[in-house]
Amino acid sequence: MEYLLNEYEVERDDYRCIRCGVCARQCANGVHSLNEVTKRMEADNSQCVNCHRCVSLCPSGALKIVKNRHTFRDNANWSRDNITEIYKQAATGGVLLSSMGNPKDYPGYFDRMLINASQVTNPSIDPLREPMETKTFLGKKITDIVRDSEGRIVYKSKPGLELSVPIMFSAMSYGSISYNAHESLARASRDLGIYYNTGEGGLHKDFYQYGANTIVQVASGRFGVHKDYLEAGAAIEIKMGQGAKPGIGGHLPGAKIIKDISETRMIPEGSDAISPAPHHDIYSIEDLRQLVYSLKEATNYKKPVIVKIAAVHNVAAIASGVARSGADIIAIDGYRGGTGAAPTRIRDNVGIPIELALASVDERLRQEGIREEVSIVVGGSIRSSADIVKAIALGADAVYIATSALIALGCHLCRNCQMGKCNWGIATQDPELVKRLNPNIGYKRLVNLITAWKHEIEEMMGGMGINSIEALKGNRFMLRGIGLNQKELDILGIKHAGE
Amino acid sequence: MLREGEVRIPSGCAISGIFHKKGGNINGSDIIKSISVMHDRSNGLGGGFAGYGIYPEYKNYYAFHVFYDDKASKAACELFLEDHFDIVNLSRIPTKKIDKIRNEPLIWRYFVAPLPTKLASRQLDEREYVAQCVINVNSKINGAYIFSSGKNMGIFKAVGFPEDVGEFYMLDNYEGYCWTGHGRYPTNTPGWWGGAHPFGILDYSVVHNGEISSYDANRRYIESYGYKCNLLTDTEVISYIIDFLNRRQRLSFQDIASIIAAPFWSTISKLDEKLQQKLIYFRNNYASLLITGPFSILVGSEGKLMALNDRLKLRSMIVAENDEMAYVASEECAIRILEPQINRLYAPRGGEAVVFSLEE
Ligand code: SF4
Ligand code: SF4
Repeated sequence: MEYLLNEYEVERDDYRCIRCGVCARQCANGVHSLNEVTKRMEADNSQCVNCHRCVSLCPSGALKIVKNRHTFRDNANWSRDNITEIYKQAATGGVLLSSMGNPKDYPGYFDRMLINASQVTNPSIDPLREPMETKTFLGKKITDIVRDSEGRIVYKSKPGLELSVPIMFSAMSYGSISYNAHESLARASRDLGIYYNTGEGGLHKDFYQYGANTIVQVASGRFGVHKDYLEAGAAIEIKMGQGAKPGIGGHLPGAKIIKDISETRMIPEGSDAISPAPHHDIYSIEDLRQLVYSLKEATNYKKPVIVKIAAVHNVAAIASGVARSGADIIAIDGYRGGTGAAPTRIRDNVGIPIELALASVDERLRQEGIREEVSIVVGGSIRSSADIVKAIALGADAVYIATSALIALGCHLCRNCQMGKCNWGIATQDPELVKRLNPNIGYKRLVNLITAWKHEIEEMMGGMGINSIEALKGNRFMLRGIGLNQKELDILGIKHAGE
Repeated sequence: MLREGEVRIPSGCAISGIFHKKGGNINGSDIIKSISVMHDRSNGLGGGFAGYGIYPEYKNYYAFHVFYDDKASKAACELFLEDHFDIVNLSRIPTKKIDKIRNEPLIWRYFVAPLPTKLASRQLDEREYVAQCVINVNSKINGAYIFSSGKNMGIFKAVGFPEDVGEFYMLDNYEGYCWTGHGRYPTNTPGWWGGAHPFGILDYSVVHNGEISSYDANRRYIESYGYKCNLLTDTEVISYIIDFLNRRQRLSFQDIASIIAAPFWSTISKLDEKLQQKLIYFRNNYASLLITGPFSILVGSEGKLMALNDRLKLRSMIVAENDEMAYVASEECAIRILEPQINRLYAPRGGEAVVFSLEE
């Protein structure tokens, strides 16, 4: 007996349905089928993940997916999720898996901060008439000017990244997402003058051409890491943690290790790709320092090294250690950050909000006088240009986006990436599904998204009378909290609206 | 009501500066005359002046001008000063009772030199030692505020219209090669004299007209280098930035201008490669010291005066030059009143620093 109730139901308007069968062909979960006897389309609701693929493609608009109204007896304590998850585990004996970011109803701090604008005492600036600068540099800053023997300044900065807008595409491995998704990200980065991140799965040989706009990642599994790979990118990222699953490694099932991926990752076809939870050569901060310097050594000190950590409780102290480890950039990933697969309990209960982590890291590094030693990049649910403006005003140098980028590519946040049957051709290696994402269109949509956000950032900056993103960085006077208690305001380092 | 420093008070303002290129003497009454014609740019809530070359007899000593709320704060501050400095002279700063200036604090002046033993044990450069002591007093000793701390220069400021402030301090008794003046138009009422301008640290003094939008970015950067922005005013943070870049990083005023009022990337891309390299270096490494929003500032320092506008030139500022004299003011009338015959009159472009130095 199956204890589970269907989460979603397919509602088909039989009067509109023309029996074309598109839905049946499009749904990789096999929900739709034609009943040869009745000549009517039917649906197996139990398999539907609410990805909207059929709805978007139905030519007669006959479909909608609705949440199953069937309910358990009201209970403020035992939610539908609590109950159905127990059924699932009682049936399988397994750890629950899920994907994308933490969907729970925790407070979101970006939505509890408001942005300033100029009135009277200081003019706002019209971005259509005046230059409005969003270019920024990441990496260590020189704060004590170096002079040659004749006292002339040596105009040489430390290795870093130059971004036309303070936005980068965050790590998503080839394997967790498709070839076409990677191609879209790479091409968009080149067009935009920003960077995308290979994730831990190595770099496909076709994509070496985008190296100048690529960040290559080194994670605990060391998949696909070799000298050419390190040299191919503009920066190297050491992944210590990920917001969606702090303290947890990764597992890409053998089924996804198809030929191309096995070559890129340098592991046998069909074998599981398991990233250990820690790096087994990094059990302490001194060990991290050694890895940072070995990577720098391997690339002749030409490339900045990023250390990515998950936002956890003592993130400020960890970041301070990372800043002293020789890293040029710290990437902090908040608990809302996405993933291709994570244990549900970890995703939903471990880590802290990126806004609070960012505010305390930025402040701590300043108090210690080492803020200029590293740039701070934050990710973990940056959903709009307003989130970016707020993150930068709190003290970030740039943001990482991943979920937003996938949504631009067509992701409908069905949160079933771990199944490998993404109907939008993103989180899948099934060639038939991958084909659905056309990189020529995909990259353009990413360019559009970032361009639109850039315009919006410029508008908001202009409103504040700021004409360079650099003057927004850490400018917390530009933010006010709304509905926050004093402790939260203190951590964020902002005042309450009206103050 | 909250005192300046507990709340950020934006202000509009008038500024004026006079510089004798050959080091000749200018009487303090001139700067009062100049700033007073721009009366309507202030609202009686702050005025002040900085004079350079005014203490030739003590030119090797740091001249500290201090406001005290009461005798207790004076005693505490003097204890600190005696502990860190050799005080060669101390007195009240002479003032004249006038009707329009009220509620004055105790105003004292000390000529001091760092105690050699203390200096040696701290292993600091002399000026760094003095700057740290001043920041210490201002942030730690309640009711004491050192508002002027340079050699052979002095700041005089109060709550009131600038012309009344000048009369109160009897500036006609001082002569110097450079003067700057300021009339303030704050948007709410600062009752405290320390909040008036100029702001000074060591021999740097800044008068400023504007309201910068980068304030908190600049403040948070500079505070990680040991400065404490107690007043929350633009002038204070700009002064610390100038001190940091000029004294600590040994950058010229021209270079400082290309950091704080940096040229736009679109302009930089058209310059020759060498210049590009330099400007990219500055904009990258000192990104957080870029100042945005409207400002016109006059920066005084030993033997120098810099006039600078924000990069969009959102505040008026005009410069006039004769053979020996240079004038800068928010409005031309403030110059004409002193010198009707002018050889060269120009409005510097946004971000274009005009620097006058004493001729050797
Ligand atoms: S899984 Fe997607 S394509 Fe399949 S029925 Fe549900 S919404 Fe439609
Ligand atoms: S990537 Fe695909 S599978 Fe994952 S949430 Fe988005 S639409 Fe669903």
